Amino acid sequence: MSPAELADGFRTPGEGGGLRQVLRQRYLLRLLVRKELRARYHGSALGMLWSYIKPAVQFGVFYFVIGVFFKMTSTVDNYAVYLFSGIVVMNFFSEAFGNATRSITGNWALVKKIYLPRELFPVASVLVSFTHFVPQVAVLLVGCIATGWRPSVWHLLAGVGGFVVLAGFALGLGLIFGALNVVFRDFENVVDLILMIATWASPVIYTWTAVQASLGDGALWWLYQSNPLTNVVEIFHWTFWHPTTDGAVSLPDGMLLFVGIATLVSTVILAIGQLVFRRFDGRFAQEL
Amino acid sequence: MSGRPERIVIDSVTKQFMLRHTRAVKEIVVKSFQGRRAELSEQFTALAEVNLRVSEGEAVALLGRNGSGKSTLLKLISGVMAPDQGQVAVRGNIAGLIDVGAGFHPDLTGRENVFLNGAILGMSEAKIKREFDRIVAFSEIEEFIDTEVKFYSSGMFLRLAFAVAVHTDPDIFLVDEILAVGDEPFQHKCLARIGELREEGKCLVIVSHDLDLVARLTDRAVLLERGRIVHDGAVAEALRRLREPES
Repeated sequence: MSPAELADGFRTPGEGGGLRQVLRQRYLLRLLVRKELRARYHGSALGMLWSYIKPAVQFGVFYFVIGVFFKMTSTVDNYAVYLFSGIVVMNFFSEAFGNATRSITGNWALVKKIYLPRELFPVASVLVSFTHFVPQVAVLLVGCIATGWRPSVWHLLAGVGGFVVLAGFALGLGLIFGALNVVFRDFENVVDLILMIATWASPVIYTWTAVQASLGDGALWWLYQSNPLTNVVEIFHWTFWHPTTDGAVSLPDGMLLFVGIATLVSTVILAIGQLVFRRFDGRFAQEL
Repeated sequence: MSGRPERIVIDSVTKQFMLRHTRAVKEIVVKSFQGRRAELSEQFTALAEVNLRVSEGEAVALLGRNGSGKSTLLKLISGVMAPDQGQVAVRGNIAGLIDVGAGFHPDLTGRENVFLNGAILGMSEAKIKREFDRIVAFSEIEEFIDTEVKFYSSGMFLRLAFAVAVHTDPDIFLVDEILAVGDEPFQHKCLARIGELREEGKCLVIVSHDLDLVARLTDRAVLLERGRIVHDGAVAEALRRLREPES
């Protein structure tokens, strides 16, 4: 139905403005994020502390198994910071993407009863993940500074830019799978699978040189490098880890091009996410 | 119908539901091989060619037996669902008591829920702050306002939910079967408030099975039968038709 058919002053109920509408409802968004956090840590003695404990344990396991037992610490200079700068990327992505996927089905009571721009729920999930991301980055910074981190402005800007690409990618995928999950709950399992692979499909615990050594620099290498996550991880390495080393290890050749591709992929995914979400939006209330 | 400007326009709206009996691939494959594909889903027409216009200051009751399409119609007006055919158009903002406390979170306190729900119903932060004392006073649960809502009785829950909704100051107010809860004095208070809203020129759409209550609130009733409007006019006539045994 075109809005032109509507008489003056009338609107079609339930026709939201998508993600732009969410920006206009910042207050509600803030309350939804707070609700989510309160609900998550309700009745928990340690509360937000869990968002430090979990990555710390994860880091410990990887550090000892891969770093010490598999001797990555002797191959990669300052491996602890190298490892953790990749882990924070993956943790944010897993939480944001996973929770955004479950956000519509999880808020079924609201979705079925009251009209809200439904994009609010996946966006709130991404913001909740951000509140867990910040303390992890703070811990990472402590590690960086302790190992002689001297970043330039460019390093910092790259880190911020990398995060923007990451958040857009997670939100875009979250919108797509969040909408699909309403129709088929199988999709949350698909997402769990994707997340299981994601950590290993990017240079979090190993280095890109090992990948190139195995894949060569043909089509497979290009495929590997087109993954936005891989590029964000490399950007975070450059921001947090590179300035703590003697600079012997450099970035992959054509890194700027790959970052460009990653930004493009992330933008396209976000646009597709918005489209898919809009398309399914009208069916949410009856499918839940 | 009054000559006042319209708030809700519903033009030949049809809404169908696909009732899927299974989503399991195994069953779909088996039934397809057996040539029993039709058993997998059913089309159900909830609303057929419905036309309705509601103006400012008008209160309309949607009546009908269970499954006649009343709540679906309300959901189309609120925008929760979209019609398959036809057009729904509204002028002004909508608030609704579609379900008591759909936006309430049990782990939050009454106070936090007032803010959350006010925002869900479209109030700004400043407006909620301004109205907060009035909302709490209306609900009469001042002493429990900082208690978590999960400890509330269903009546207290309703009071707070209703209090928030009536203070949103909507142009169109949708009420779905909620006045049944709450004690007698509170019900009277709610009815009085609904009367006030109507006098202020708000447009009310009410779904209820409490026919006496409907008769007190509105003078226009829309009777639905299997998704079609069979009567639109005097409440008394609608009630007479509803009360007579099904033919």
